[in-house]
Amino acid sequence: MEVAVIKYNAGNVKSVLYAMERLGVNATLTDDWETIKKADKVIFPGQGEASTAMKYLRERKLDQLIKELDQPFFGICLGLQLLCDYSEEYDTECLGIFPINVKKFPPLNKVPHIGWNNLENLKTPLLEGLDESSYVYYVHSYYAEINPKYTIATTHYINDFSAMLHKDNYYAMQGHPEKSSVVGEKILNNFLKL
Amino acid sequence: MLTKRIIPCLDIKDGRTVKGVNFVELRDAGDPVELGKIYADEGADELVFLDITATVEKRKTLVELVTKVAKTVNIPFTVGGGISTIDDVKALLNAGADKISINSAAVKNPDAVNALAREFGSQCIVVAIDTKRIDGIDFVHTHGGRKPTLLKTQEWAKEITERGAGEILLTSMDHDGVKNGFANDITSELSSMLSIPVIASGGAGSMQHFHDVFTAGKADAALAASIFHFKEIPIPELKSFLDKKGVNIRRML
Repeated sequence: MEVAVIKYNAGNVKSVLYAMERLGVNATLTDDWETIKKADKVIFPGQGEASTAMKYLRERKLDQLIKELDQPFFGICLGLQLLCDYSEEYDTECLGIFPINVKKFPPLNKVPHIGWNNLENLKTPLLEGLDESSYVYYVHSYYAEINPKYTIATTHYINDFSAMLHKDNYYAMQGHPEKSSVVGEKILNNFLKL
Repeated sequence: MLTKRIIPCLDIKDGRTVKGVNFVELRDAGDPVELGKIYADEGADELVFLDITATVEKRKTLVELVTKVAKTVNIPFTVGGGISTIDDVKALLNAGADKISINSAAVKNPDAVNALAREFGSQCIVVAIDTKRIDGIDFVHTHGGRKPTLLKTQEWAKEITERGAGEILLTSMDHDGVKNGFANDITSELSSMLSIPVIASGGAGSMQHFHDVFTAGKADAALAASIFHFKEIPIPELKSFLDKKGVNIRRML
């Protein structure tokens, strides 16, 4: 199986590659159109800031490529936010796969939301073998709103938000499966089995 | 619900764990990678690796170690010890560290906190504060707690939060090594005052101490070293104790 991890200016991409290595899967970090197009699975990691990331993707026309792909695709953290319509982070127009807005947490508790939080309202094969006592690791200040059509798991911090999204071949997760112990490994394995 | 975090801390010298480790499962008691993996498997929520090497070769050894940890461990980890420049931080994050921790360097040059937060994002910048109470006033200390400064802990914590720190690792020098419990008063004061998480460190001696620091101390996370290394408190036992007492913690699958 060929797994392509999209190379752009996101931080800590190594963690995703190492997590794949631990699962015994060979993943390639690449921004090459052909390599990404013919990969069996595509992972779109992320950590950083939305507007800079979108600018980088547009300059390299990776935004178009992402919208054209038809194999299972997995956006992680900022990767999830960039797949939405719009992010409040520097007023950024995103990729628009999910008709959802990304908002900043109101300052009603500590922000960023850092640490382990559980998944609720789990749906789809991506979450097979997991239940509401499954915790994943989060580090983020912005969150995707809930859309009953596309939200396949929620998490509560300050308010309920989309922990995971799904539409056609596109899956996305706000937390970091690559840092979420055995729960994260299950999610990644489920994705690889899609 | 967001859980309280349990964080074992490993002191590293020349790429090896020091301060004594007493683990029967370990083939090699000094290997921080192996120890880190055991803690991760037992249910630790994060790890901290504190480099106390004092040689010029340290950076290379540390980056190699961070790479090995990142390949092996499936939970987040922070690296601290002698970090001061953007290049230091870049090398460690690129090797796979999730966060870095700075201490003396931030006191020496507070602008470094702004610069690091801008370059890498607040979420990966932990500022460590060593605090000691002198005549009823809390003062920041540097150089492993040996050097007093004129900075008041509360004011310094507020300042570095405004400068972009993502978390504070608060070590009470009065409590560290004594095993009489964490400094719940100042931990609670900082945690209530600040908009960022506070990790409490120094003084863990019993499971009840963790309960106290999460409730009375309002800590977001608690860090300890020797009580974990010497298996005085196994992590699974600690977590089930806290769970029974109603503290929200992450249970392993």
